[in-house]
Amino acid sequence: MSVKDKVIAIIAEQAVLEPSDVTMESTLEDLGIDSLGLVESIFAIEESFDISVPFNANAPKESDFDISSVASIVAGIERLIAEQKT
Amino acid sequence: MKRVVITGAGTINALGHDVAETLESMREGRCGIGPIDIRDVDRLAIKIGGQVKGFEAEGIFNRQQMSLYDRFTQFTLVAAREAIAQAGLEFHGELAARSGVVLGNSGGGMTTLDDNYRTVYEEGKNRVHPFVVPKLMNNAAASHVSMEFNLKGPSFTVASACASSNHAMAQAFQMVRHGMAPVMVTGGSESMLCFGGVKAWEGLRVMSRDACRPFSANRNGMVQGEGAGVFVFEDYEHAKKRGAEVMAEVAGFAMSSDAADIVMPSKQGAARAIAGALQDAGLNASDVCYINAHGTGTAANDKTECAAVADVFGAHADHLMISSTKSMHGHLIGGTGAVELLACIMALRDGVIAPTIGYEEPDPECALDVVPNVAREARVDAALSNAFAFGGLNAVLALKKV
Repeated sequence: MSVKDKVIAIIAEQAVLEPSDVTMESTLEDLGIDSLGLVESIFAIEESFDISVPFNANAPKESDFDISSVASIVAGIERLIAEQKT
Repeated sequence: MKRVVITGAGTINALGHDVAETLESMREGRCGIGPIDIRDVDRLAIKIGGQVKGFEAEGIFNRQQMSLYDRFTQFTLVAAREAIAQAGLEFHGELAARSGVVLGNSGGGMTTLDDNYRTVYEEGKNRVHPFVVPKLMNNAAASHVSMEFNLKGPSFTVASACASSNHAMAQAFQMVRHGMAPVMVTGGSESMLCFGGVKAWEGLRVMSRDACRPFSANRNGMVQGEGAGVFVFEDYEHAKKRGAEVMAEVAGFAMSSDAADIVMPSKQGAARAIAGALQDAGLNASDVCYINAHGTGTAANDKTECAAVADVFGAHADHLMISSTKSMHGHLIGGTGAVELLACIMALRDGVIAPTIGYEEPDPECALDVVPNVAREARVDAALSNAFAFGGLNAVLALKKV
């Protein structure tokens, strides 16, 4: 499974949707994922990719991790995998 | 001051998954204590407890709820749903704004704590699930009850070890009695039957390896239980106006502190709480027919409790009944007073006195009518429920027939 598919599967599970309902353009708000859902998704992402995501729920905009859309989350994770797995 | 009545009750414990099943077990003198089924039980010296069996949280709670509810919160919600359904209350507007929930609990989310300590210490992982804190905090149960039932008034959790539930219910009683809240949801819960929870109790060397036999000369310690008891305390006029069925009246309470020892009980501290509850409820000693004892089955508690009762009641002590239902459901620690209040309600409403089971040999230091082994029928107009906690914190509730 590609990074993209895996991330979509995690987000879809959190949003209680089918993966096909989650597009790259979707925002977490569109998908109905609240702040607790977000930290739970990040935990699931960290667990499944064995990476550490620099996300601070107090200041999401200042974190070095863009959560504005599914596409930005996937891109961020691909970058973190490259940085942390080499 | 307002009169306060109980219009709903709910429970889950080793004797049953609801009030009807629990009271039937108490009437039949069934023992809910047996071998416990938990992880690493082979490393425990104490392998028995009053464990809730056959409880499947899946199906009762959705996935998101499951990720936020420790076992003690699950028990609490099951009991609260039963109690509030029985009361037939829905909380909207002014009623919601003024009604709240005060629950007793001692250990918080011990299962969550245990599981996550394993994750970081045993498995060496450096990451835990994000909901560990909201799951294990010991106000989690009270908060989830307030959310599920839209209770927007005063809500909090009371921790006074084995007296937590009685202190909580005393607090809720006060609030309704003084007109601060028309309805309060109250009681308590505990879920300490996990490896760490049992191991910690083992350390004190006060646990029985075979049975809880309160007041029996051959008693050899306490047995842990788990579960929840939740009640709806309501202003009598409010209940009457809406035609609610009343189970019993909460007539008074008293609290005292031994100010003496962190584990050893004091006869004086217990006696002051018992006498104080009678006075607060406007009862004469001779009005009391039944006492639900703290009756832990330890050497220290049972003789001290009997001596305190003898001091307060004088000659009447020989005419009242005192039983410990911990012999059947075990010691629910912070939730124990709540489950035990059910025995008082059964005595007042149904005229059935729950027995002290496992009673084998009279102890001259516990020479009271402890209703050995078999339930009894009797008319009871007033009853007390005792709770005497580690740390010397005592709370006694007085109930009356309505």
